[in-house]
Amino acid sequence: MSMKITLGPVLFNWPPEIWRDFYFRIADETDVDSVCVGEVVCAKRAPFFEPFLPDVIARLQAAGKEVALSTLALISNAREEAAIAELAKTDDFLIEANDIGATDALAGRRHALGPLVNVYNEATLGFLAARGAARVCLPPELPAAAVAALAAARAAEIEVLAFGRLPLAISARCFHARAEHLHKDGCQFVCNKDADGRVVRTLGNEAFLAINGTQTLSHSAILLLSELDDLAAKGIARIRLSPHTCDMATVADVFRAVMDHRLGAAEATRRLRAIAPDLPFSNGFYHGRAGRQQVARANSTSS
Amino acid sequence: MTDTRQPLELVCPAGTPAALKAAVEAGADVVYIGFRDETNARNFPGLNFSRDEAREAIAFAHERGAEVYIAINTYPRAGDGRPWRDAVDDAARIRADAVILADIGLLDYAARTHPDLRRHLSVQASASHAQSINFYARNFGVRRVVLPRVLTVPEIAALTPTIDVETEVFAFGGMCPMAEGRCSLSSYVTGQSPNMNGVCSPAAFVRYEERREGLVSLLNGSVINVFEKHEAAGYPTLCKGRFRVGDSAGYLFEEPTSLSVAEIVKDLMTAGVTALKIEGRQRGKAYIAEVVSAFRKVVDAAARDLPPPAGEVAKLRRLTEGQSETTGAYKKSWR
Repeated sequence: MSMKITLGPVLFNWPPEIWRDFYFRIADETDVDSVCVGEVVCAKRAPFFEPFLPDVIARLQAAGKEVALSTLALISNAREEAAIAELAKTDDFLIEANDIGATDALAGRRHALGPLVNVYNEATLGFLAARGAARVCLPPELPAAAVAALAAARAAEIEVLAFGRLPLAISARCFHARAEHLHKDGCQFVCNKDADGRVVRTLGNEAFLAINGTQTLSHSAILLLSELDDLAAKGIARIRLSPHTCDMATVADVFRAVMDHRLGAAEATRRLRAIAPDLPFSNGFYHGRAGRQQVARANSTSS
Repeated sequence: MTDTRQPLELVCPAGTPAALKAAVEAGADVVYIGFRDETNARNFPGLNFSRDEAREAIAFAHERGAEVYIAINTYPRAGDGRPWRDAVDDAARIRADAVILADIGLLDYAARTHPDLRRHLSVQASASHAQSINFYARNFGVRRVVLPRVLTVPEIAALTPTIDVETEVFAFGGMCPMAEGRCSLSSYVTGQSPNMNGVCSPAAFVRYEERREGLVSLLNGSVINVFEKHEAAGYPTLCKGRFRVGDSAGYLFEEPTSLSVAEIVKDLMTAGVTALKIEGRQRGKAYIAEVVSAFRKVVDAAARDLPPPAGEVAKLRRLTEGQSETTGAYKKSWR
């Protein structure tokens, strides 16, 4: 069976109308199986796009996509906790938990786990799967050997991040506000200036990381294309594409074509490079190296 | 005296048997240690305890009325969880007073295999709110949570009445600006991470170079900081470096400061905290002795509702990294 494609949640602070139109286009034109919506990074952003959420969910569902609502990565007060408890009551769509507390609220019903929940081994996977975690997107730093062992456990559908900047860290501190000499409480929502995250350079002028409010992302975007056959062979159920401002409909088409062997990985990479010229690609984590590295020839046995 | 409260428990680090003895003699209530392998989050060369050393350390501490906790707080490797389960089995066998765990699968193993072995939740599990903490308490009988360094004192005060477990908070030493156990910056740059390898920005990848612009610190070839002549060159921990965003350069994530709660210990007591944790298993015995003895006096003073002794506060300030200190996330202004 061929792998399914999940579109991850938009991690960035996009203008609400752009955000809505992005998902409308995904619903209408894009060949993905499941779509995640919802605010993962900063609770302060949610009120802006929430008025559009019902329409977006309805349009995606009408187009046959399985919708998953992704929850906040870092919960630090009772108000945020209560919001998740409220969400957990709904039967209208799948919930993707990004925090252990959220998995607890969802225990006993089918739910998904995002890449920010620490599932590093079969024992943890088995425990959470028994409580209803049916789809599990793995933490990005896991190498191929760990991915294989987790898939072999056959406890849940395993999903692997295959496109986009990698979520590397989350903080109580807002780095966008800090970079603009603002305090988090008076942040003026400056993270909306950078629709793909703001590039962080070293003093040696090397493009290094990207900040997105309280989140730190990789500067490079992971790209697992040469690895798709290997992922399928290991029993991976889904790959995840993480939204950027580039043409995500085409990104999804390219991935589908490579999975279906209608397009070679080299040509596919060339096409994606043209679509997203500002995102250097990397696949180091999967090959057991530093995440930022690009391993030229994929070797399925590396770990 | 009627206004004396139970002092906060002082939980102190040791990376060697000598440091453990120093901590106990300086007044530690508890010393926390790790085995000499990848099962603990300070997996540094030349550090940590063999099984025999750990057993002797526990005997030494128990004879003097102190306890020993064993941190087994990295995430077991998929397909190869044996070293972590062995560590838990051995901690039970040598009668550690508690194990400090982060991984759900390992907590489940410990709870089922060694129900009498006290379990604490490591900061590496990043349990920052009641529902998350209660999940670990209910499912694995966790008795204490080490709170992630993301909460303010008022948030801790609001949290403690809603959970059934004790809380331990970081009091002194290095601090992460990121939620612990949820950070892959180190592996993105070097291939080795706190969660998988028990290391962050590991020394094997560190280099210093004298260049025209100053002393440059590098991590796996990337510039983490450039120090001018008058500056003390710090270790290039990734998130403590200077970076450039747009036109400005500086300490984007965190200044090279050290956490110290010496002056807010009474606030933490009032917030319902049970124990204070000092960071620094990689530190030498002289440092440990000084910090522990100073905190002993600070904690005992707070229990008698007295301000922290000025001499001890000054001593702690001298011991902080780069001679600057912060109360970190405990104050909202940090964010």
